[in-house]
Amino acid sequence: MSLTTDDVNQIAYLARLGIDHQDTSSYTQNLSDMLELVAQMQAVNTENIEPMAHPLDNIQRLRPDIITETNQRDAFQTIAPQVEDKLYLVPKVID
Amino acid sequence: MHTKTLTEISRGLQAGDYSSQELTESYLKRIKQHTALNSFITVTEDLAIAQAKQADAMLAAGNAPVLTGVPIAHKDIFCTQGIKTSCGSKMLDNFIAPYNATVIEKFNQAGAISLGKLNMDEFAMGSSNETSFYGTVYNPWAENTVAGGSSGGSAAAVAARLISGATGTDTGGSIRQPAALCGITGLKPTYGRVSRFGMIAYASSLDQGGTMTQTAADSALMLQTMAGFDTKDSTSAEQDVPDYSANLNNSLQGLKIGLPKEFFDDSLNAEMATAIETAINEYKKMGAEIIEVSMPNLKLAIPAYYVIAPAECSANLSRMDGVRFGHRCDNPEDLNDLYIRSRGEGFGTEVKRRILVGTYALSAGYYDAYYIKAQKIRRLISNDFTEALKTVDVIMGPVTPTPAFGIGEKTKDPIEMYLADIYTIAVNLAGLPAMSVPAGFIDNKPIGLQIIGNYFDEAKLLNVAHQYQQVTDWHQQTPQGFE
Amino acid sequence: MQWETVIGLEIHAQLATNTKIFSGASTAYGAEPNTQACAVDLGLPGVLPVLNQEVVRMAVKFGMAIEAEVADTSVFARKNYFYPDLPKGYQISQMDHPIVGLGHLDIEVAGETKRVGVTRAHLEEDAGKSLHENFADSTGIDLNRAGTPLLEIVSEPDMRSAKEAVAYMRKIHELVQYLDICDGNMQEGSFRCDVNISLRPQGQTEYGTRAELKNINSFKFVEKAIYGEVERQKEILEAGGSIVQETRLYDADKDETRSMRSKEEANDYRYFPDPDLLPVYISPELRAAVKADLPELPDTKKQRFIQDYHLDNETAYKLASSKELANYFETVVKQSNCEAKLCSNWVTVELLGALNKSNLSIQESPIAAPRFAELLKRIADETISGKIAKQVFEFMWNSADSADDIIEKQGLKQITDSGAIEAIIDKIIADNPAQVEQYLSGKDKVFGFFVGQTMKQSQGKANPAEVNKILKAKLKR
Ligand SMILES: [Mg+2]
Ligand SMILES: [Zn+2]
Repeated sequence: MSLTTDDVNQIAYLARLGIDHQDTSSYTQNLSDMLELVAQMQAVNTENIEPMAHPLDNIQRLRPDIITETNQRDAFQTIAPQVEDKLYLVPKVID
Repeated sequence: MHTKTLTEISRGLQAGDYSSQELTESYLKRIKQHTALNSFITVTEDLAIAQAKQADAMLAAGNAPVLTGVPIAHKDIFCTQGIKTSCGSKMLDNFIAPYNATVIEKFNQAGAISLGKLNMDEFAMGSSNETSFYGTVYNPWAENTVAGGSSGGSAAAVAARLISGATGTDTGGSIRQPAALCGITGLKPTYGRVSRFGMIAYASSLDQGGTMTQTAADSALMLQTMAGFDTKDSTSAEQDVPDYSANLNNSLQGLKIGLPKEFFDDSLNAEMATAIETAINEYKKMGAEIIEVSMPNLKLAIPAYYVIAPAECSANLSRMDGVRFGHRCDNPEDLNDLYIRSRGEGFGTEVKRRILVGTYALSAGYYDAYYIKAQKIRRLISNDFTEALKTVDVIMGPVTPTPAFGIGEKTKDPIEMYLADIYTIAVNLAGLPAMSVPAGFIDNKPIGLQIIGNYFDEAKLLNVAHQYQQVTDWHQQTPQGFE
Repeated sequence: MQWETVIGLEIHAQLATNTKIFSGASTAYGAEPNTQACAVDLGLPGVLPVLNQEVVRMAVKFGMAIEAEVADTSVFARKNYFYPDLPKGYQISQMDHPIVGLGHLDIEVAGETKRVGVTRAHLEEDAGKSLHENFADSTGIDLNRAGTPLLEIVSEPDMRSAKEAVAYMRKIHELVQYLDICDGNMQEGSFRCDVNISLRPQGQTEYGTRAELKNINSFKFVEKAIYGEVERQKEILEAGGSIVQETRLYDADKDETRSMRSKEEANDYRYFPDPDLLPVYISPELRAAVKADLPELPDTKKQRFIQDYHLDNETAYKLASSKELANYFETVVKQSNCEAKLCSNWVTVELLGALNKSNLSIQESPIAAPRFAELLKRIADETISGKIAKQVFEFMWNSADSADDIIEKQGLKQITDSGAIEAIIDKIIADNPAQVEQYLSGKDKVFGFFVGQTMKQSQGKANPAEVNKILKAKLKR
C-alpha cells in the first residue's frame, strides 16, 4: 500500500495537522512504509475471530448520579490561551 | 547515600539514620551535577525540601508509611498540580496541570518526596527518548547511546542513582525497554492494576503505569503504593491489592518457566541469546523447570500495535487544539488555521506520523481492513499467551534484541526502531504484567531479562525477579562516573 | 408528477439527570458560563470518563416504553471531528451497538392510527455552546452544556407528511416527559429535532436523496420547515435538477433553510470503540427494576379511559397524553362522583381552555384537582346548574375559595323549592295572557318562552327540570 502526497495532505487535513511543505514527501514515505509493515496482518486468516477492543474482559462500571464537582473555572482558565468574559475564545466561527 | 536501594533508604529513614531533608538535599545536589544526562524536564527543588521537612515530622511522630521521606521522581506524563506537565511535548510546554494524577496523589499520601518530572519521548511515542521536545536522554552506561524510551528519563535517573526510584509508563515496552538498556528493574503491571487517571493518554487500551527501580524489592514497595482501584478510572480493576513484599522470598523450586521458541529463533542476536541462556541457567539452579512454549502470532504484534496505538492516539491527541490549554499559534486567521498551525507547531515528527497513520486506519473504507483486523490479531496474540500460561507460571525471554544503540542510529528509519520492540509489544496487546530485570552486559552495556506473568500475578513476578537478584549482582552495578 | 414526501426524524432528548453523562458536574440550566464544566467536560489531558448509572436506567426505560430490543451489552464509540464546542475533538456516542434497538410508536393523524418505527436510540454527550454575538472577530465558547447526557432517538423514514412528523415528534415529546427522563423544555434546548426529508415519485420504492434540517426546536417550526423544504426540493426536481445530500439550517426568522455543510466538507467521523469505556451491560436485575418502575403508558391509558369512562377516542387521547393531566382527570372523577363524561368535558373544555389562555401548564393550574372536584360535585347534586357552574369556576380561578363558599357568598344556589318556582311561574302566566293563548292553541314553540322567562326571573338559579315540570302542569291544554 503506497500513498501519494495528496493522500497525506488529505489525512493531515482530517487530523487538522499542519505539515511543512518540504516534509510532505518524507511523511508520505514513512506512512507508506508503516502501511507496508501493517499489511503483514492481511496474510492471517482471522475469520470467526472476535475483535479484541480491550485487554480487560469486563463490563463498564457505573457511577451514582451525584454531583461531585465544584466550580473551578478560574483555575482552569488561568491555563487557557485566550479567554474573555469567562468564555474560551476562538476565531469567528461561521456556520 | 545514593548507592542505597529504595528499600534500604526507607529502612534508614524509619530507623532515623538520616533525615529525609539530608537525603533530599544530597539527591538534589547529584541531579545538579549530572544535568548532562538530561533526565529531568523539571526539578522541583523547593517543593521537595518542603515535602522532606514534612516527612521528617511524620517520621519523628512515628507510624509513618514506608515510603515517607523517600526521594523519587515521576515521568512527565503524570499530571502534577501546580507543576508543569509537558509529556515531553512543545504542545504542553506551558501546561501547568490543575490536578494530580491518582498515582501522584497516592505517592503524596504515602509521604514520598518528588524531586521533579522526568524526561520522556513526546507523548510516550518512541523507543529512544530522541523524540522529546526537551532533547535526548543519555544512557549513563555508555557515551552517545540512548537510554531507551519512552520512560528514558526515569531509567537514566535511576541508573545514575539521581533518585531511588521512578514512575514510568509502558504502552509497548516503554518501562521494560529503557530499564533493560539502563540496567535497572522495570515493572509494567497488568492493565488496570494502576489507575490511568491523570496519566496523559497515548493509547488508552495499552497504557499502564509502573515502577522503575534498582531492585525487585524496591519495585514491590512502589507498586504497593501505586496499585488499586480508582473510581475516576473505570478501566482500573476492582481487585484487592496483595502484599507485594510478602512473597519475595518464596522458593522457586518447581517453578515452571516457559520459553517461547519464537523469542529464540535465528533473528535473536547470538550474544543476547547467550546472556539470556545464562540467566535461565540460574533459575534452573534454583529448581525451576524449563518448558518450551509457542507464540505463533508473535510476529504480528508489531503490525497490530502500529494500527491500534496510532488509531487510539489520533483521537486521544485531538484535545490538543489550542483552545483550552497548551500551545496556540500566533494570530490564527480562522478556526481551521488555529487548529492546523497550533497542532502543526506543537507536535513533533514522530507524533505526527502516528496521528496520520491512526487517522488513516480509522477513515472511511479502511476501518475493517486495518482497525478491525488489528483487533482480531490482538485476540490471537492474547490467546497465545493464555494458552502458554496454562502450562507455565511465567514466560521468559529477552527485552530487546540488542543493548543500547547509538544516538541518531535509528532515527533515519522509524520502522527499524519499531521492529526493535518485538519482545515487549505483544505483552501490552494482551494486557499482561511483565518485568525487565538486569541480566548482564554485552560490550559493557546492560541488557535485561524479561519475565511475563499471568493477569494480576505481579506478586509472582516480583518473587521470581527477587530470587534472581539474590544470586546475581547485575542490578547492583553502577555506571562509571556515577558511583 | 405526483411526489411522495419521505420523512425521518432524529430527536435529541436531554436526559433529566443531576450530573453529566461522564462526570460529576451539575447539569443545571442557566449557570454562569463555564462554571459547570469540570476537567472531564473540558477534556483536559489525562482525565477519564466514568458513566452515570442513571443515564443507562433512563435509556432502558425509554426502550421498554417503545417495546424496543434493549441490548444486553452496548458499546460507546468515539465520533471524531474538530469543532470548538467539542472539547476532546471527539464526541462519545454510540454507533454499532446502541443501547436501544428497533422499536415503534403509534401516532394519530386525522383520526387514523399509524405505526412509526424507531430504528434505534443511543446515548451520547452534548456539546458546549458557541456564542457568536459578543465579540467582533471571535466566537466565545461556554462548555457548561458539554457532557450533558442525550438520548438520540432515530426514527425510520416512515412519515409521509409534515403533519405526521409533528404528530410523531409530539408523541415522543409527551412520552419522554411521561417517563420522567426529560423535562421536554424546548426553549432551553432539552428537546431538539433534526429532520431528514426526501421526495420520490409516487409509487417508486427507492428513496430519493435526502436533505437534513438541523436543530429545530419547536413543533411549529418543524411543520413550517418541512413545508418549505418539500417545496424547495419539488422545484429542483421538477426543473430536472437533483437534490444534493447536505445539512441545511432552518432560519425561523426568514422561514427558509440554507445549506450548512456542503458534500465536499462531509465529515469522515472515524468511529471506533472508546477504549476508556468498557461495554455497558444491562443486567436482568436492572431490566426487572425498570419494568417495575414503568408507569402506565399513554396508549394503554387511553384504552382504559375509553373502556372504563366511555370517553370518545379524541378526548381519551388528549387526557392520556400527559401524566399530570390524566392524573388530574382521574382525581376529579373519583372525588366528584360525577359522570366521567361531564368531568372530561369540564377538564378538557373549561379548565384546559382557561389554562391555555393564561399559558399555564396543568401543574400550574390555580385550581387543583380536589377543589375542581368540589365544583363538579355541586353540579351532580344539582346545587347549581352547569351554567351557574361556569360563573363559580371564574370565581374559583381568581380566588382560593371553595366552590361551596362561592355559591354561598354569591347566592348562586339553585332554586329547587317548587313553591318558589311556582310563584315565579304564576306571575309570568298572569303577565303574558297572549302567549298563554298561543300555547294553548297549539303553538308548542311558545313553551320555550316561558322557560326562558322563568330562568331570567330566577337569575338562572331555578332548577331547569323543576321549571319544566311545573310549567307543563300549569299550562295544561
Ligand atoms: Mg444524528
Ligand atoms: Zn446526536
